[in-house]
This record gives sequence, C-alpha cells and structure tokens, in this order.
Amino acid sequence: MIDWNMHLPALQVIIPMLSAAFVLLLRPRGLAWAGATAASAFTFAIAIMLTIGVLDGQSYVYQMGNWPAPYGIELGVDSFSALVLLIVSGASTLALLAGRKSLDTDIAEERQPLFYAAWLLALAGLVGIPVAADAFNIFVFMEISSLASYVLIAGGRDRRALPAVFKYLVMGTIGATFYLIGIGLIYLMTGTLNLADMELRIHEVADQKPILVAAGFITIGLALKAAVFPLHVWLPNAYTYSPNIVTVFLAACATKVSLYLLIRFDFFVFQPNLINHDIQFAYFLMPLAVLAILVASGVALFEKNLKRLFAYSSVAQIGYILLGASLVSVAGLTASVVHMFNHGLAKGTVFLAIACLATRYTNLRMDNIAGAAKHMPWTMAAFVVAGLSLVGVPGTAGFISKWYLLSAALEEGTVGWILVAAIIVSSLMAMAYVWRVIETAYFGVQANGNEPVVTNTQAVIDSPREAPIALLSVTWVGALANIYYGLAPSLPVTLATNAAETLMKVAP
Amino acid sequence: MELLGLYHYWVFAVLLMIGFYAVISKSNLIKKLIGLSIFQAAVFLLYITMGKVAGGTAPIIQAGVENAVFSNPLPQVLILTAIVVGISTMALGLGIVVRIKEEYGSIEERDIQEIDRR
Amino acid sequence: MTIIFGVFLLTLMVITALAIVHTQHLFVAVILSGIFSLLMAANFFLLDAADVALTEAAIGAGISTVLFLGALTLTGEAERYRSSSVNRVVALGVVAAITLMVIYATFDKPAFGDPQTPVQQHVAPWYIDTTANDIDIPNVVTAVLASFRGYDTLGEVFVVLTAGIGILFLFSATPTRRKKPQTEQESEVESTAEIKFGEGLRHFLIPQVVGRLLIPFILLFGLYVQFHGDYGPGGGFQAGAIIAAAIILYALLEGEARALRVIPQWVLTGMMAGGAILYSAVGVVCMMLDGNFLEYSVLAADPITGQHIGIIVIEAGVGITVTGVLLSIFHAFAGRRRF
Repeated sequence: MIDWNMHLPALQVIIPMLSAAFVLLLRPRGLAWAGATAASAFTFAIAIMLTIGVLDGQSYVYQMGNWPAPYGIELGVDSFSALVLLIVSGASTLALLAGRKSLDTDIAEERQPLFYAAWLLALAGLVGIPVAADAFNIFVFMEISSLASYVLIAGGRDRRALPAVFKYLVMGTIGATFYLIGIGLIYLMTGTLNLADMELRIHEVADQKPILVAAGFITIGLALKAAVFPLHVWLPNAYTYSPNIVTVFLAACATKVSLYLLIRFDFFVFQPNLINHDIQFAYFLMPLAVLAILVASGVALFEKNLKRLFAYSSVAQIGYILLGASLVSVAGLTASVVHMFNHGLAKGTVFLAIACLATRYTNLRMDNIAGAAKHMPWTMAAFVVAGLSLVGVPGTAGFISKWYLLSAALEEGTVGWILVAAIIVSSLMAMAYVWRVIETAYFGVQANGNEPVVTNTQAVIDSPREAPIALLSVTWVGALANIYYGLAPSLPVTLATNAAETLMKVAP
Repeated sequence: MELLGLYHYWVFAVLLMIGFYAVISKSNLIKKLIGLSIFQAAVFLLYITMGKVAGGTAPIIQAGVENAVFSNPLPQVLILTAIVVGISTMALGLGIVVRIKEEYGSIEERDIQEIDRR
Repeated sequence: MTIIFGVFLLTLMVITALAIVHTQHLFVAVILSGIFSLLMAANFFLLDAADVALTEAAIGAGISTVLFLGALTLTGEAERYRSSSVNRVVALGVVAAITLMVIYATFDKPAFGDPQTPVQQHVAPWYIDTTANDIDIPNVVTAVLASFRGYDTLGEVFVVLTAGIGILFLFSATPTRRKKPQTEQESEVESTAEIKFGEGLRHFLIPQVVGRLLIPFILLFGLYVQFHGDYGPGGGFQAGAIIAAAIILYALLEGEARALRVIPQWVLTGMMAGGAILYSAVGVVCMMLDGNFLEYSVLAADPITGQHIGIIVIEAGVGITVTGVLLSIFHAFAGRRRF
C-alpha cells in the first residue's frame, strides 16, 4: 500500500501543475472553471492535511527521485511553510469559488481554458516555493508563478493592464535574475544549492566578499518581487487593472510568498553565520519598512480609485510584515508571520467586497460608488468588517497582529517607541482611508449631472442590486473568518510562534 | 589562467551593466527587452565560468578513457534551465509589447504614459 | 591559444553588447543580439559546456531572433527617442553601484579553473561517480538534468508551457480599436490576409530548392539530438528547438497558412499539454510503483534499465512540449495581422 501521507509535499505541487495541463485540453470550454476549482480545492485540502501533520509534530522531508539531499532536490514542510501554503491555496480556492460570474464577464469563453490553466500554474508556482528546500528549485517555481501571474493580470479589460504587466515583467525578471546571481555566488563559495547544506557550509566562508555580495543581491532581488518600498512601483497598477478576482488571489498571497522567501533566506541561511548580519538587516530594512508604512498609507489617503487605494494599502501592510522581521527577535518574527496570515485574510476579503461592487458598478472611482450601501447592504457590511480588520480594531484578526507587533516593538527600548508611534499613526491613517470609503458608500449622495466630478459616461449605476449569491457568500465567509481569527487566533499564532522559534534557532 | 578567470568575471560584470543600463534608460519597450536578455546572458556566463576545470573536458564519460578530468556538470544543467526560462520570459514580454502596440499605437514608454495621462 | 581565443571572444561580446545598446535601428539591434548569442555559445563551448552551447545557439541565436523579428514586423523598427538625460544619470548611478558590488565580489573568488574549489569539490564528483555506477549513461549533464535534478526540469517544462499559454491567451484578444468588423466580416478579412501574407517564398526558386533540401536533414538532426542526448550533447530542449526550427523554415518557404494546415493549432496545443503530462505521468507511475516521485529506478526490475526508460520518456515529453510551444508562439506572431 502506498503511504500517501509521505508523498504529500510532492502532491501539493504536482496536483495543481498537472491539472493545469489537463484544464488546457478540457472540452467543452465551460468546464475549465469547474476543473480549476476542483484542483484548487484539492490543493487546499492537501495544505490542510500538511498543517495538521505539522501541528502534530510531524516533519515532512521528501527526496525527489529518491536521491539523497545535497545532490538531489529536497522538499520540506515546517510550520512556516505550512502557514504560507494555507494562505496561498485557501486564497486561490475561495477566489475561484466566488469568481465564476465575475470572471465570465472579464474573460471570453473561448479564452477560459487558457486563463484557468494559467491560474493553476500560478497556484502551482506559489505553493512550489514554500515546499522547496533547494535554492535553484525555488527560482524555477518563482518563474512559473511570475509568468503565470503576468498572464492573469493581462486578462484585465482595461488596456492599461498591458503597460502595468510589462512593468511587472521587467521588474520581476530583474528581481529573479538578482536572486539567481546571489545563489550563483553562494554556490561558488559553498558548492551546494540545498538550503540546509548551505547553512552548514556557509559558516566557513562567511567573511568572504562574494557571500556578502550574494546576501545583498538576494535581499534586493526578493525585495523587488515582494514589492518592498521603494521597489513597489510595479504593484499598484498591476493590482488595479487586473481582473477583480485575480486581484483577490494575488493581493492575498503573491507578495507574501516572496516575503516568506526573503525571511527564510535571511534568517535560515545568513543570520546565524554572517557576522553582524542581523544589524545590517535591521538597519537596512527597518527604515524602509517605516517609510513604506507611512508613505503608502499617505498615498492611499488621497487615492480616488478604489482598487488602487487598497493596492497602496498593501504596500503599507508589506511594511508591517517587514518591520516585524527587521526587529530580529522571536516576538517580532511571530508578529510578522501572523500578520502575513491576517493581512491575507483582511485584504482578500476587502478585494472580494470590491469584486462584489464591481459586478454592479462598472467604474470603481470613489465618487461613483456613493450610496452603494443602500443598494448592496450585505456587500458593504462585509466590507466594513474587513476594513476594521485592516485597521486593527479589537475583535478582528487585524488586531491580533497589530498587538503582537506593538508588544514586539516595545521590547526594543527607545527605538521601539518610535516604531510604536509609526504604527499608531499609520493605523489612524488606515482608519481614515477605510472610513472615507465607508462614508461615501453609506452617506454619500450619487453625483448628478450638475456636479462635474464624474467625467466617465459609464458612471451610471447599471443595476443596483446585490452581488451574485456565490460571490457574496464567499465574501461573507472571508468576513466571518476575520472575526473568527480575531477571537480565536490559536492556529496562526501557534504556527507563527513555531516558525519564529525555528528561524531564530531557539529551542521551543 | 588567473587573469583569464578575472577577465571572465569582469566581462560578466560589464555585460550585466550594459544590459541593466538599457533596461532602465531606454524608452522603447523592445529595446528594454533586448537589454533584459543581455542582462540574463551575463548571468549565464557567471555560472558556466565557475564550472570550468583547468585541463578538463565536457562532462561526457568516454569508454576506455581513464582518469579524465571533467568540468562541473551542475552549473551547466542550471544554465540550461535558465536559458529556457529566459526565452519563455522574452516570448511573453514580446507578446505583451505587440498587444501594447495594438492598443496604444506606440511602443515607446513615453508615448504610453502621455496617452494614459489624458 | 585557447586563452587568446577566449579573451578575443569576450571582448567581442562586450563590443557587440555596446553596439546593441547604441543603435537606434531595432532590426540591427535584433540581428546583433543574435550574433551576441552565437559568440556566447562559442564561449560556452570553450568552457567545456557543450550542451549549454548547443542550447544557446539553438534558442538564443535561433528561436529568440525569429521571435524578435516577428514582433518587429508587428510593431515597427525605429526607436523614437534617445534616453533622456535624467534617465541616463539615474541608470548610470544604479548600474555603477551594482557593478562596483560585483567587482568587489570578484576579489575573493576562488581561482578560475582550480579543481580544489568548493564548486568542484562538494557535489560535482558525486554526480560523475553516481552517473557511472547507477545510471550508466555517458552524458553526465543529461543524467543530472533528467534524473538527479529531474524535478527542476519538470518545473522548466511547465515554465515553457506557461509561456505558450500566455502567448495564446494574449493573442486571443481582439484589439479594442478594431472591434467593429464582426465575426462574419472578420473571417473574410482573415482569409484575404492569408493569401496576401501567407505565401511565404513560394515564388523564389533558390530559397525553395535549398530550403526544401535542408528541411529533412534538420528534422533528422533534431531527432538525433533528441535520442542521442544520453550519449552526447543534446536532449529534449535542444531537439525541440531544432525540430521547431525545421517547421518554421517550412512555414517561411510555403507560407504560414500551409504550415498550419500540416500541423494545425489544436495538435500544437495538444503537444504543449501532452508533453508536460507525459513527463508528470512518469513521476506519478513511479509513485504508484512504490517509489518517490520521479524515481525512475522502480520502472524496471533492474534499476539501471529503469533509469534509462525514465530518462528517454521524460526527454521525449520535454521535446514534445518545447516543439509545441515554440511553434504555437511562432504561429501566434506570424499569423497576427498588423493593426
């Protein structure tokens, strides 16, 4: 009898990948959505099984082709990767379940097999990264996920999606190539590509120049991919002009996978070995994180396009995740990892609510959705819940990570107080931009012809009814999850604490 | 030999620089992509250079030849992969450029920004 | 002698790259980058990387040039602006910083060609020994590619597949500016366009004769590279590119439409997915036979035979997908009308 439990790490990647090839061939074409959703749900189920296993204390290591570790390619799943796997596969599955109607309007039927195949490839690439334990294998899956997400974003109806994708493609390729240079230099000095082996062998050569330069290249390359301020310029337009459901998927998880990799590489490979690496890491990333939080929140305050507003908010949230990591402490890392989960939840739900709005409003400018709550009360209620979670109001998931982040910052003494101030200021800013949307939707009055704000002729309400039931109910699943994980946060917190302890090499 | 080695690494650095310069400074999208491919090709050179063993041959085992010195096969495999990844990215990039031309009537970044601002 | 040749090639590459960036004529830039790739391939050959040289020549100099030219016919050949001075200063600043970083790194680098460095010492000898003992094929590069790091190669096949899917997806959109001619009219327009552009070089005698003579040999060479990959330089990627090149040559001679009639798009799409499925299926079969994913040893009673079977089948899968994707991309560019 085959022990499927042992094969889970491999199946996690192979199932979405292989299904992508089948979905491409699926006839009739309308089946593509069903096939992709089923494959994605199956992937999610595997992620859940892996998480349960990890929580039981099982450690998953898998040798591809049964070749021993530094020679063959190794896969491994621990608490940190399990959490990321949950975020990615969960986001994909919920977005697909919700998105059939919405995607039908964006993507013509004869293009759908191609689109859904690309979706599954993006999913396979994104789950392939946390599962891999080999630096070059990570590069390969990074490229699968990037190429596939370029395709997904290019499916947007607005032509501005195309220059946005082009920019993303160029910056993404530069990021990946930097990463490739970095691992090339490490390979040059250590002769290995396996992460665990690298960690052992890097120690002897840690003070040599190529390793320092490699650390620089890898950090910058991954920061580009993760849209760390000021390398975030590709993100706002890419999120704004992609199909609404694609935004839900990518905003919830794509940059988090790059952040995962950044944290894993820096803490697992470099931190224990390179002298003063922790200080350099903190000095380099902490100011960027604080700037990201403040500047991007500031831009979001004045942004008029709803999707771009929350895209900038994502840049700020990436700042929070990075801030936790840059404290280089168990508490900070825990906060950072918990926030990955909670932000995925909150931002995914926000964009789902926006997708609901988009089914009835063709133009998502702020002044156009005035009074939307009257016509779509359920959508806006879900939006309010997710918005509060984004701000970090007690009782929602967002509060948990803010709380952890604040307590981690307080451990740091004087610097900590500055950080606390930054977090509080930016939370107020988040409050302000979420409130702007809520105010417009609940109390705003639709601008009529005599007010020249609305320039677009499409700015009429098409049909002010509630969103399709599938979309709306999934949005509510997201909203309720935000409340649930605000009240009972044990799952992400346990995984994150384990992850942080492993990364910081503290015995649990 | 030592000098040739350093020369290889410096050519890698210079090619990297030339490609990267083209990507950042050029306004024409096709030119940017060409720059990107030079940028990637430079990295291929880095990997292949480090796998070379003095006096070695390509890593193909020949019957009857004992104690042959082989160059390292691993960087070669990695670069085979990277070349294929590179052409895939390039193809997709070109596809996007063609679509941009169709929608905007130009492939100059400056024109496109101008059109979008309107 | 090799040293002088190496220095000469490297210097020539730098000069070519500078010329590529400098010229404002995109056609020239594309042809020069084809030459750049050929120089790179020659250089790889000097560095003992025969497989990589073959790939760079087939893909970098061949296929990539064809794709760039295909894109140029659709977008125009002149670069309109020189880089603005602000851009130039920013670019030079960033680039100078990175170059300094890289050159700084070169000072501690292990000596070039030294067999005692970590690169040569740690995993490389293991690959060579194990290939001789457990896989028993002469080409170590193929063994590493297909078996030791077969999972990377699987990923790579899917990268290629993603690019194919992406191009088909992008080009299935009708440009918004030209949406007016609806379905019926459109097909009419298309068929006239086919006659106009689709004739290739059918009326030119010399290319016809020479080209037709060449095609069977190129195909044969492609198949040789495909199945001889265990023994000499070659394998699925190179073979796929070469076979695709033969069919592209046919398309150039006989017209794109006729090439599509010989191998229609649905066959190509089937090849794209089919090769990838074949590759993954080998892995799944290994799992069914109680091995790990891609553990070819379990495929036959004798582990070495199992490895041979596995490598041949997955290389075939690679070849099929690469051919299918490259041809699909070529047809997508060549069959696109200029808007």
